[in-house]
Amino acid sequence: MSDVRVAGVGLTPFGNTPERTSRDLFAEASITAFDDSGVSRDDVDALLYGNFMGELAEHQGHHGPLMAEAAGIQAPATRYESACASSGTAVRDAVMRIRNGEDDVVLVGGAERMTNLGTAGATDALAIAADDLWEVRAGMTFPGAYALMAQAYFDEFDGEREDLAHIAVKNHENALNNDKAQYQSAIDVDDVLEAPPVSEPLGLYDACPISDGAAAVVLTSEEYAEEHDLEAPVAITGTGQGGDRMALHDREYLARSPAAREAGTEAYTDAGIDAADVDLAEVHDCFTIAEVLALEALDLFPIGEGISAARDGRTTADGDLPVNLSGGLKAKGHPVGATGASQIAEVAKLLSGDHPNSEFVADATTGLAHNAGGTVASATVHVLEEVSE
Amino acid sequence: MSENETRDAGFDEWLDAAEEDEAYYLECPNGHGSLPPRQVCPDCGATDLEEVPLPGTGEVRTFTVTHVPTPAFEEDAPYATAVASFGPVRLTGQIAGIDLGDVETGLEVEIEVTVSETTGERVLALTPV
Repeated sequence: MSDVRVAGVGLTPFGNTPERTSRDLFAEASITAFDDSGVSRDDVDALLYGNFMGELAEHQGHHGPLMAEAAGIQAPATRYESACASSGTAVRDAVMRIRNGEDDVVLVGGAERMTNLGTAGATDALAIAADDLWEVRAGMTFPGAYALMAQAYFDEFDGEREDLAHIAVKNHENALNNDKAQYQSAIDVDDVLEAPPVSEPLGLYDACPISDGAAAVVLTSEEYAEEHDLEAPVAITGTGQGGDRMALHDREYLARSPAAREAGTEAYTDAGIDAADVDLAEVHDCFTIAEVLALEALDLFPIGEGISAARDGRTTADGDLPVNLSGGLKAKGHPVGATGASQIAEVAKLLSGDHPNSEFVADATTGLAHNAGGTVASATVHVLEEVSE
Repeated sequence: MSENETRDAGFDEWLDAAEEDEAYYLECPNGHGSLPPRQVCPDCGATDLEEVPLPGTGEVRTFTVTHVPTPAFEEDAPYATAVASFGPVRLTGQIAGIDLGDVETGLEVEIEVTVSETTGERVLALTPV
Protein backbone atom coordinates (compact mmCIF):
# COMPACT_ATOMS: atom_id res chain seq x y z
CA MET A 1 0.00 0.00 0.00
CA SER A 2 1.42 3.34 -1.05
CA ASP A 3 1.77 6.26 1.28
CA VAL A 4 -0.09 9.33 0.06
CA ARG A 5 1.80 12.59 -0.20
CA VAL A 6 0.48 16.13 -0.33
CA ALA A 7 2.47 17.47 -3.27
CA GLY A 8 0.83 20.86 -3.65
CA VAL A 9 -2.02 22.97 -2.34
CA GLY A 10 -3.91 25.99 -3.61
CA LEU A 11 -6.58 28.24 -2.19
CA THR A 12 -8.37 31.25 -3.58
CA PRO A 13 -9.13 34.03 -1.16
CA PHE A 14 -12.35 33.09 0.64
CA GLY A 15 -14.93 35.83 0.78
CA ASN A 16 -17.43 37.88 -1.06
CA THR A 17 -16.93 37.62 -4.82
CA PRO A 18 -20.48 37.04 -6.09
CA GLU A 19 -19.56 37.61 -9.74
CA ARG A 20 -16.94 34.84 -9.88
CA THR A 21 -18.12 31.49 -11.22
CA SER A 22 -17.04 28.31 -9.47
CA ARG A 23 -15.11 27.25 -12.58
CA ASP A 24 -13.11 30.48 -12.36
CA LEU A 25 -12.48 30.00 -8.64
CA PHE A 26 -11.41 26.38 -9.03
CA ALA A 27 -9.10 27.22 -11.95
CA GLU A 28 -7.26 29.70 -9.75
CA ALA A 29 -6.91 27.24 -6.87
CA SER A 30 -5.69 24.51 -9.24
CA ILE A 31 -3.04 26.75 -10.81
CA THR A 32 -1.65 27.50 -7.35
CA ALA A 33 -1.73 23.82 -6.40
CA PHE A 34 0.07 22.69 -9.58
CA ASP A 35 2.68 25.45 -9.25
CA ASP A 36 3.22 24.44 -5.63
CA SER A 37 3.50 20.74 -6.48
CA GLY A 38 5.84 20.59 -9.44
CA VAL A 39 3.53 17.93 -10.89
CA SER A 40 2.66 17.99 -14.58
CA ARG A 41 -1.02 18.27 -15.42
CA ASP A 42 -0.43 15.45 -17.91
CA ASP A 43 0.23 13.05 -15.04
CA VAL A 44 -3.12 13.55 -13.31
CA ASP A 45 -5.12 10.33 -13.27
CA ALA A 46 -8.37 11.74 -11.89
CA LEU A 47 -10.12 14.81 -10.55
CA LEU A 48 -12.35 14.37 -7.51
CA TYR A 49 -14.29 17.57 -6.94
CA GLY A 50 -16.58 18.67 -4.13
CA ASN A 51 -19.51 21.00 -4.57
CA PHE A 52 -22.82 21.30 -2.74
CA MET A 53 -25.20 23.89 -4.16
CA GLY A 54 -24.11 24.40 -7.77
CA GLU A 55 -27.59 23.61 -9.09
CA LEU A 56 -29.13 26.33 -6.92
CA ALA A 57 -26.39 28.95 -7.10
CA GLU A 58 -25.29 28.57 -10.70
CA HIS A 59 -27.93 26.44 -12.41
CA GLN A 60 -25.13 24.02 -13.09
CA GLY A 61 -24.90 20.30 -12.63
CA HIS A 62 -22.31 17.84 -13.96
CA HIS A 63 -19.39 19.72 -12.46
CA GLY A 64 -16.74 17.02 -12.95
CA PRO A 65 -15.79 17.57 -16.59
CA LEU A 66 -16.39 21.31 -16.30
CA MET A 67 -13.81 21.55 -13.54
CA ALA A 68 -11.31 19.23 -15.23
CA GLU A 69 -11.50 21.56 -18.22
CA ALA A 70 -11.12 24.62 -15.98
CA ALA A 71 -8.03 23.09 -14.39
CA GLY A 72 -6.59 22.08 -17.77
CA ILE A 73 -6.39 18.37 -17.11
CA GLN A 74 -7.37 15.52 -19.42
CA ALA A 75 -8.62 13.00 -16.91
CA PRO A 76 -11.89 11.49 -15.75
CA ALA A 77 -13.59 13.71 -13.19
CA THR A 78 -16.27 13.07 -10.60
CA ARG A 79 -18.23 15.42 -8.42
CA TYR A 80 -18.71 14.60 -4.74
CA GLU A 81 -21.72 15.95 -2.89
CA SER A 82 -22.01 15.32 0.85
CA ALA A 83 -23.27 18.74 1.89
CA CYS A 84 -20.53 20.56 3.80
CA ALA A 85 -18.38 17.40 3.84
CA SER A 86 -18.25 17.24 0.03
CA SER A 87 -14.54 17.73 -0.53
CA GLY A 88 -13.52 15.88 2.64
CA THR A 89 -15.27 12.90 1.11
CA ALA A 90 -13.46 13.53 -2.17
CA VAL A 91 -10.11 13.61 -0.36
CA ARG A 92 -10.88 10.29 1.30
CA ASP A 93 -11.61 8.63 -2.02
CA ALA A 94 -8.50 10.16 -3.54
CA VAL A 95 -6.42 8.69 -0.71
CA MET A 96 -7.95 5.26 -1.23
CA ARG A 97 -7.40 5.37 -5.00
CA ILE A 98 -3.71 6.14 -4.56
CA ARG A 99 -3.27 3.58 -1.82
CA ASN A 100 -4.77 0.78 -3.84
CA GLY A 101 -2.55 1.59 -6.79
CA GLU A 102 -5.35 2.64 -9.10
CA ASP A 103 -3.97 6.16 -9.42
CA ASP A 104 -0.58 7.83 -8.92
CA VAL A 105 -1.71 11.44 -9.06
CA VAL A 106 -5.11 12.82 -8.11
CA LEU A 107 -6.27 16.42 -8.18
CA VAL A 108 -8.80 16.81 -5.39
CA GLY A 109 -10.61 19.91 -4.29
CA GLY A 110 -13.82 21.81 -4.44
CA ALA A 111 -15.46 25.16 -4.87
CA GLU A 112 -18.62 26.96 -3.97
CA ARG A 113 -20.26 30.13 -5.19
CA MET A 114 -22.74 31.30 -2.56
CA THR A 115 -22.84 35.05 -2.02
CA ASN A 116 -24.62 35.65 -5.33
CA LEU A 117 -27.66 34.04 -3.67
CA GLY A 118 -27.89 36.67 -0.92
CA THR A 119 -28.47 35.78 2.74
CA ALA A 120 -32.02 34.48 2.28
CA GLY A 121 -31.12 32.48 -0.81
CA ALA A 122 -28.02 30.98 0.78
CA THR A 123 -29.98 30.13 3.94
CA ASP A 124 -32.50 28.37 1.72
CA ALA A 125 -29.77 26.52 -0.17
CA LEU A 126 -27.91 25.42 2.98
CA ALA A 127 -31.15 24.08 4.43
CA ILE A 128 -31.31 21.35 1.79
CA ALA A 129 -28.59 19.54 3.73
CA ALA A 130 -31.37 18.68 6.20
CA ASP A 131 -34.43 16.44 5.72
CA ASP A 132 -36.76 18.51 3.56
CA LEU A 133 -39.99 16.82 4.61
CA TRP A 134 -39.44 16.49 8.34
CA GLU A 135 -37.08 19.33 9.22
CA VAL A 136 -37.03 22.10 6.64
CA ARG A 137 -40.82 22.18 6.22
CA ALA A 138 -41.14 22.76 9.96
CA GLY A 139 -38.99 25.86 9.56
CA MET A 140 -35.66 24.44 10.64
CA THR A 141 -32.77 26.35 9.12
CA PHE A 142 -29.16 25.25 9.19
CA PRO A 143 -28.22 27.69 11.96
CA GLY A 144 -31.44 26.53 13.63
CA ALA A 145 -30.23 22.93 13.62
CA TYR A 146 -26.97 23.85 15.34
CA ALA A 147 -28.91 26.07 17.74
CA LEU A 148 -30.97 23.01 18.69
CA MET A 149 -27.71 21.18 19.40
CA ALA A 150 -26.31 24.15 21.35
CA GLN A 151 -29.41 24.35 23.54
CA ALA A 152 -29.26 20.58 24.11
CA TYR A 153 -25.60 20.94 25.08
CA PHE A 154 -26.36 23.79 27.49
CA ASP A 155 -29.15 21.73 29.06
CA GLU A 156 -26.90 18.70 29.49
CA PHE A 157 -23.60 20.31 30.49
CA ASP A 158 -24.32 23.82 31.78
CA GLY A 159 -22.33 25.72 29.17
CA GLU A 160 -23.24 29.26 28.23
CA ARG A 161 -23.06 31.65 25.29
CA GLU A 162 -19.94 33.27 26.67
CA ASP A 163 -18.06 29.97 26.41
CA LEU A 164 -19.00 29.78 22.72
CA ALA A 165 -18.03 33.41 22.22
CA HIS A 166 -14.44 32.59 23.14
CA ILE A 167 -14.33 30.16 20.21
CA ALA A 168 -15.37 32.88 17.77
CA VAL A 169 -12.84 35.31 19.27
CA LYS A 170 -10.07 32.71 19.00
CA ASN A 171 -10.80 31.84 15.40
CA HIS A 172 -10.94 35.50 14.36
CA GLU A 173 -7.61 36.03 16.12
CA ASN A 174 -6.10 33.10 14.20
CA ALA A 175 -7.24 34.54 10.87
CA LEU A 176 -5.64 37.94 11.40
CA ASN A 177 -2.57 37.12 9.32
CA ASN A 178 -4.18 34.59 6.97
CA ASP A 179 -4.39 36.56 3.76
CA LYS A 180 -6.88 34.08 2.29
CA ALA A 181 -9.34 34.51 5.17
CA GLN A 182 -12.68 36.24 4.75
CA TYR A 183 -12.39 38.06 8.09
CA GLN A 184 -8.98 39.35 9.04
CA SER A 185 -10.33 41.37 11.92
CA ALA A 186 -10.27 40.89 15.67
CA ILE A 187 -13.48 40.69 17.67
CA ASP A 188 -14.07 40.47 21.41
CA VAL A 189 -16.46 38.49 23.57
CA ASP A 190 -18.90 41.39 23.85
CA ASP A 191 -19.07 41.67 20.06
CA VAL A 192 -20.24 38.06 19.93
CA LEU A 193 -22.68 38.33 22.83
CA GLU A 194 -24.22 41.55 21.51
CA ALA A 195 -24.54 40.45 17.88
CA PRO A 196 -28.05 40.04 16.46
CA PRO A 197 -29.54 36.61 17.13
CA VAL A 198 -29.72 34.23 14.17
CA SER A 199 -31.25 31.24 15.87
CA GLU A 200 -31.07 31.43 19.65
CA PRO A 201 -28.83 30.76 21.46
CA LEU A 202 -26.61 31.40 18.42
CA GLY A 203 -25.97 34.90 17.15
CA LEU A 204 -24.37 36.32 14.05
CA TYR A 205 -20.82 35.88 15.35
CA ASP A 206 -21.46 32.27 16.34
CA ALA A 207 -21.98 31.51 12.66
CA CYS A 208 -19.52 31.16 9.82
CA PRO A 209 -20.06 33.60 6.96
CA ILE A 210 -21.51 32.89 3.55
CA SER A 211 -18.47 32.56 1.31
CA ASP A 212 -17.20 32.09 -2.22
CA GLY A 213 -13.97 30.24 -2.77
CA ALA A 214 -12.09 27.19 -3.96
CA ALA A 215 -9.42 24.79 -2.78
CA ALA A 216 -7.25 22.34 -4.70
CA VAL A 217 -4.77 19.73 -3.52
CA VAL A 218 -2.44 17.59 -5.63
CA LEU A 219 -2.00 14.18 -4.03
CA THR A 220 0.53 11.64 -5.26
CA SER A 221 1.79 8.25 -4.29
CA GLU A 222 5.01 8.13 -2.30
CA GLU A 223 6.68 6.39 -5.26
CA TYR A 224 5.63 9.12 -7.67
CA ALA A 225 6.88 11.80 -5.29
CA GLU A 226 10.27 10.07 -5.00
CA GLU A 227 10.61 9.35 -8.72
CA HIS A 228 9.91 12.99 -9.55
CA ASP A 229 11.95 14.36 -6.68
CA LEU A 230 8.96 16.30 -5.37
CA GLU A 231 9.13 18.37 -2.24
CA ALA A 232 6.22 16.75 -0.45
CA PRO A 233 7.05 16.60 3.23
CA VAL A 234 3.52 15.86 4.47
CA ALA A 235 1.64 12.58 4.08
CA ILE A 236 -2.01 11.72 4.65
CA THR A 237 -1.56 8.74 6.92
CA GLY A 238 -5.09 8.19 8.15
CA THR A 239 -8.55 8.48 6.67
CA GLY A 240 -11.95 7.81 8.18
CA GLN A 241 -15.59 8.40 7.39
CA GLY A 242 -18.68 8.19 9.52
CA GLY A 243 -22.39 8.38 8.89
CA ASP A 244 -25.57 8.91 10.85
CA ARG A 245 -29.31 9.30 10.41
CA MET A 246 -30.22 12.28 8.23
CA ALA A 247 -32.44 14.19 10.68
CA LEU A 248 -31.05 15.65 13.88
CA HIS A 249 -34.14 14.47 15.79
CA ASP A 250 -33.15 10.86 15.14
CA ARG A 251 -29.91 11.16 17.14
CA GLU A 252 -30.02 9.49 20.52
CA TYR A 253 -27.96 12.34 21.97
CA LEU A 254 -28.69 15.71 20.41
CA ALA A 255 -25.41 17.24 21.60
CA ARG A 256 -23.05 14.59 20.23
CA SER A 257 -21.70 13.68 16.83
CA PRO A 258 -21.27 9.90 16.55
CA ALA A 259 -20.45 10.14 12.84
CA ALA A 260 -17.42 12.27 13.65
CA ARG A 261 -16.43 9.86 16.39
CA GLU A 262 -16.66 6.95 13.94
CA ALA A 263 -14.60 8.84 11.36
CA GLY A 264 -12.03 9.90 13.95
CA THR A 265 -11.61 6.44 15.41
CA GLU A 266 -11.14 4.97 11.95
CA ALA A 267 -8.62 7.65 10.97
CA TYR A 268 -6.61 7.28 14.19
CA THR A 269 -6.49 3.50 13.79
CA ASP A 270 -5.58 3.85 10.14
CA ALA A 271 -2.68 6.15 10.99
CA GLY A 272 -1.67 4.12 14.00
CA ILE A 273 -1.99 7.06 16.37
CA ASP A 274 -4.11 8.11 19.34
CA ALA A 275 -5.96 11.36 19.89
CA ALA A 276 -3.18 12.29 22.32
CA ASP A 277 -0.70 12.32 19.42
CA VAL A 278 -2.52 15.15 17.63
CA ASP A 279 -0.54 18.40 17.72
CA LEU A 280 -3.02 20.64 15.90
CA ALA A 281 -6.47 20.33 14.36
CA GLU A 282 -8.63 22.01 11.80
CA VAL A 283 -12.21 21.15 12.75
CA HIS A 284 -15.52 21.96 11.10
CA ASP A 285 -16.69 25.02 13.08
CA CYS A 286 -19.61 26.08 10.90
CA PHE A 287 -21.00 27.35 14.20
CA THR A 288 -19.16 27.84 17.48
CA ILE A 289 -20.98 24.88 19.05
CA ALA A 290 -19.81 22.69 16.16
CA GLU A 291 -16.19 23.13 17.26
CA VAL A 292 -17.15 21.91 20.73
CA LEU A 293 -18.96 18.84 19.42
CA ALA A 294 -16.04 18.06 17.10
CA LEU A 295 -13.39 18.28 19.83
CA GLU A 296 -15.40 15.87 21.97
CA ALA A 297 -16.28 13.45 19.16
CA LEU A 298 -12.61 13.31 18.13
CA ASP A 299 -11.58 12.44 21.71
CA LEU A 300 -9.47 15.58 21.93
CA PHE A 301 -11.52 16.65 24.96
CA PRO A 302 -13.82 14.63 27.23
CA ILE A 303 -17.59 14.83 26.68
CA GLY A 304 -18.90 17.98 28.34
CA GLU A 305 -15.49 19.65 28.55
CA GLY A 306 -14.95 20.84 24.98
CA ILE A 307 -16.98 23.96 25.61
CA SER A 308 -14.40 25.54 27.91
CA ALA A 309 -11.36 24.64 25.78
CA ALA A 310 -11.10 28.02 24.05
CA ARG A 311 -12.04 30.01 27.14
CA ASP A 312 -9.34 28.23 29.13
CA GLY A 313 -6.73 28.86 26.44
CA ARG A 314 -6.27 25.19 25.64
CA THR A 315 -7.11 25.54 21.93
CA THR A 316 -5.78 29.03 21.26
CA ALA A 317 -2.68 29.50 19.09
CA ASP A 318 -0.42 29.33 22.15
CA GLY A 319 -2.42 26.57 23.85
CA ASP A 320 -1.43 22.94 24.14
CA LEU A 321 -3.69 21.94 21.22
CA PRO A 322 -4.19 24.79 18.74
CA VAL A 323 -7.49 24.37 16.90
CA ASN A 324 -8.38 26.14 13.68
CA LEU A 325 -5.15 28.08 13.30
CA SER A 326 -6.40 28.99 9.82
CA GLY A 327 -9.29 30.90 11.37
CA GLY A 328 -11.58 27.95 10.80
CA LEU A 329 -14.84 28.15 8.92
CA LYS A 330 -15.80 30.94 11.31
CA ALA A 331 -13.21 33.46 10.18
CA LYS A 332 -11.48 31.92 7.17
CA GLY A 333 -14.89 31.40 5.56
CA HIS A 334 -16.93 28.41 4.45
CA PRO A 335 -17.36 28.03 0.70
CA VAL A 336 -19.05 24.72 1.39
CA GLY A 337 -17.65 22.47 -1.34
CA ALA A 338 -14.12 23.82 -0.85
CA THR A 339 -13.93 23.49 2.91
CA GLY A 340 -12.78 19.89 3.37
CA ALA A 341 -9.93 20.25 0.86
CA SER A 342 -8.99 23.64 2.26
CA GLN A 343 -8.53 22.05 5.70
CA ILE A 344 -6.07 19.56 4.19
CA ALA A 345 -4.23 22.48 2.59
CA GLU A 346 -4.07 24.40 5.86
CA VAL A 347 -2.88 21.44 7.93
CA ALA A 348 -0.22 20.55 5.33
CA LYS A 349 1.09 24.12 5.35
CA LEU A 350 1.05 24.31 9.13
CA LEU A 351 3.08 21.09 9.38
CA SER A 352 5.56 21.99 6.67
CA GLY A 353 6.22 25.43 8.13
CA ASP A 354 4.70 27.34 5.20
CA HIS A 355 1.72 28.79 7.04
CA PRO A 356 1.58 32.28 8.55
CA ASN A 357 0.74 30.59 11.86
CA SER A 358 3.38 27.84 11.63
CA GLU A 359 5.42 29.61 14.29
CA PHE A 360 2.84 28.53 16.87
CA VAL A 361 3.33 24.85 16.02
CA ALA A 362 7.01 24.68 15.18
CA ASP A 363 7.43 21.24 16.77
CA ALA A 364 4.19 19.78 15.45
CA THR A 365 4.37 16.59 13.41
CA THR A 366 0.76 15.40 13.42
CA GLY A 367 -2.34 17.29 12.33
CA LEU A 368 -6.01 16.49 12.01
CA ALA A 369 -8.66 17.67 9.54
CA HIS A 370 -12.34 17.13 10.37
CA ASN A 371 -15.05 17.91 7.83
CA ALA A 372 -18.77 17.54 8.58
CA GLY A 373 -21.95 17.52 6.51
CA GLY A 374 -25.45 18.44 7.63
CA THR A 375 -25.99 18.04 11.35
CA VAL A 376 -23.05 15.62 11.07
CA ALA A 377 -24.89 12.91 9.22
CA SER A 378 -21.66 12.80 7.18
CA ALA A 379 -18.15 13.20 8.52
CA THR A 380 -14.62 12.64 7.31
CA VAL A 381 -11.41 12.82 9.32
CA HIS A 382 -7.88 12.82 7.98
CA VAL A 383 -4.57 12.49 9.81
CA LEU A 384 -1.61 14.29 8.26
CA GLU A 385 1.95 13.73 9.36
CA GLU A 386 5.24 15.33 8.58
CA VAL A 387 7.44 12.74 6.94
CA SER A 388 10.92 12.44 8.37
CA GLU A 389 13.46 12.32 5.56
CA MET B 1 -44.50 25.35 -2.25
CA SER B 2 -48.10 26.28 -2.86
CA GLU B 3 -47.74 26.36 -6.65
CA ASN B 4 -46.73 22.73 -6.56
CA GLU B 5 -49.91 20.65 -6.54
CA THR B 6 -48.11 17.31 -6.45
CA ARG B 7 -48.37 15.71 -3.04
CA ASP B 8 -45.54 13.87 -1.32
CA ALA B 9 -46.88 10.37 -0.84
CA GLY B 10 -46.55 9.18 2.73
CA PHE B 11 -45.73 12.59 4.15
CA ASP B 12 -48.90 14.39 3.11
CA GLU B 13 -51.06 11.44 4.20
CA TRP B 14 -49.36 11.69 7.58
CA LEU B 15 -50.23 15.41 7.82
CA ASP B 16 -53.81 14.54 6.78
CA ALA B 17 -53.98 12.06 9.65
CA ALA B 18 -52.39 14.48 12.10
CA GLU B 19 -55.06 17.05 11.22
CA GLU B 20 -57.63 14.45 12.33
CA ASP B 21 -55.69 13.81 15.57
CA GLU B 22 -54.69 10.44 14.18
CA ALA B 23 -50.93 10.92 13.87
CA TYR B 24 -49.01 7.67 13.69
CA TYR B 25 -45.54 6.26 13.40
CA LEU B 26 -44.20 3.17 11.73
CA GLU B 27 -43.18 0.29 13.93
CA CYS B 28 -41.11 -2.71 12.90
CA PRO B 29 -41.33 -6.16 14.55
CA ASN B 30 -38.33 -5.23 16.71
CA GLY B 31 -40.12 -2.22 18.15
CA HIS B 32 -38.17 0.48 16.31
CA GLY B 33 -40.17 3.58 15.43
CA SER B 34 -39.77 5.72 12.33
CA LEU B 35 -41.61 8.22 10.14
CA PRO B 36 -43.02 7.85 6.64
CA PRO B 37 -42.51 7.61 3.74
CA ARG B 38 -40.52 4.52 4.60
CA GLN B 39 -40.34 0.94 3.39
CA VAL B 40 -37.42 -0.30 5.45
CA CYS B 41 -36.75 0.13 9.18
CA PRO B 42 -33.64 2.35 9.35
CA ASP B 43 -32.53 0.65 12.56
CA CYS B 44 -32.70 -3.02 11.59
CA GLY B 45 -33.75 -3.37 7.95
CA ALA B 46 -37.12 -4.99 8.65
CA THR B 47 -39.60 -4.44 5.85
CA ASP B 48 -42.92 -5.24 7.55
CA LEU B 49 -43.71 -1.85 9.05
CA GLU B 50 -47.01 -1.21 10.75
CA GLU B 51 -48.79 2.08 11.42
CA VAL B 52 -49.16 2.59 15.16
CA PRO B 53 -50.89 5.57 16.83
CA LEU B 54 -48.43 8.18 18.06
CA PRO B 55 -48.66 8.93 21.80
CA GLY B 56 -50.96 11.91 22.35
CA THR B 57 -48.36 13.99 24.16
CA GLY B 58 -44.66 14.47 23.69
CA GLU B 59 -41.86 16.28 25.47
CA VAL B 60 -39.62 19.03 24.14
CA ARG B 61 -36.00 17.84 24.17
CA THR B 62 -34.42 20.99 22.73
CA PHE B 63 -35.58 24.18 21.05
CA THR B 64 -34.45 27.33 19.29
CA VAL B 65 -35.98 30.66 18.36
CA THR B 66 -35.15 31.44 14.75
CA HIS B 67 -34.79 35.06 13.67
CA VAL B 68 -33.23 34.51 10.25
CA PRO B 69 -35.55 32.14 8.37
CA THR B 70 -35.54 30.61 4.93
CA PRO B 71 -37.70 32.55 2.43
CA ALA B 72 -40.56 30.08 3.03
CA PHE B 73 -40.91 31.39 6.61
CA GLU B 74 -39.98 35.02 6.06
CA GLU B 75 -43.23 36.37 7.52
CA ASP B 76 -43.36 33.75 10.29
CA ALA B 77 -40.10 34.78 11.99
CA PRO B 78 -39.29 34.93 14.78
CA TYR B 79 -40.61 31.48 15.62
CA ALA B 80 -39.59 28.61 17.83
CA THR B 81 -38.60 25.19 16.49
CA ALA B 82 -38.27 22.20 18.77
CA VAL B 83 -37.36 18.54 18.75
CA ALA B 84 -39.92 16.60 20.77
CA SER B 85 -40.05 12.93 21.66
CA PHE B 86 -43.27 10.97 21.27
CA GLY B 87 -42.64 7.47 22.56
CA PRO B 88 -40.18 5.73 20.28
CA VAL B 89 -40.00 8.53 17.71
CA ARG B 90 -38.90 12.13 17.75
CA LEU B 91 -40.15 14.96 15.58
CA THR B 92 -39.08 18.45 14.62
CA GLY B 93 -41.94 20.93 14.80
CA GLN B 94 -42.72 24.59 15.09
CA ILE B 95 -43.94 25.67 18.50
CA ALA B 96 -47.38 27.32 18.46
CA GLY B 97 -49.77 28.65 21.09
CA ILE B 98 -47.19 29.88 23.61
CA ASP B 99 -45.02 32.97 24.02
CA LEU B 100 -41.56 32.40 22.58
CA GLY B 101 -39.99 33.31 25.91
CA ASP B 102 -41.88 30.52 27.66
CA VAL B 103 -40.61 27.65 25.51
CA GLU B 104 -38.34 25.35 27.48
CA THR B 105 -36.87 21.89 27.44
CA GLY B 106 -39.27 19.46 29.07
CA LEU B 107 -42.40 21.29 27.88
CA GLU B 108 -45.28 18.85 27.22
CA VAL B 109 -46.70 19.26 23.75
CA GLU B 110 -49.16 17.75 21.34
CA ILE B 111 -49.15 17.69 17.58
CA GLU B 112 -51.09 20.20 15.56
CA VAL B 113 -50.98 21.08 11.89
CA THR B 114 -50.76 24.83 11.32
CA VAL B 115 -50.17 26.94 8.23
CA SER B 116 -47.15 29.07 7.30
CA GLU B 117 -48.02 32.77 7.31
CA THR B 118 -45.65 33.18 4.39
CA THR B 119 -46.64 30.42 1.98
CA GLY B 120 -49.92 29.01 3.28
CA GLU B 121 -48.30 25.57 3.32
CA ARG B 122 -49.05 23.13 6.12
CA VAL B 123 -46.55 23.06 8.99
CA LEU B 124 -46.06 20.38 11.62
CA ALA B 125 -46.54 22.27 14.87
CA LEU B 126 -46.23 21.47 18.55
CA THR B 127 -48.58 23.13 21.02
CA PRO B 128 -48.45 23.02 24.82
CA VAL B 129 -50.81 20.47 26.33
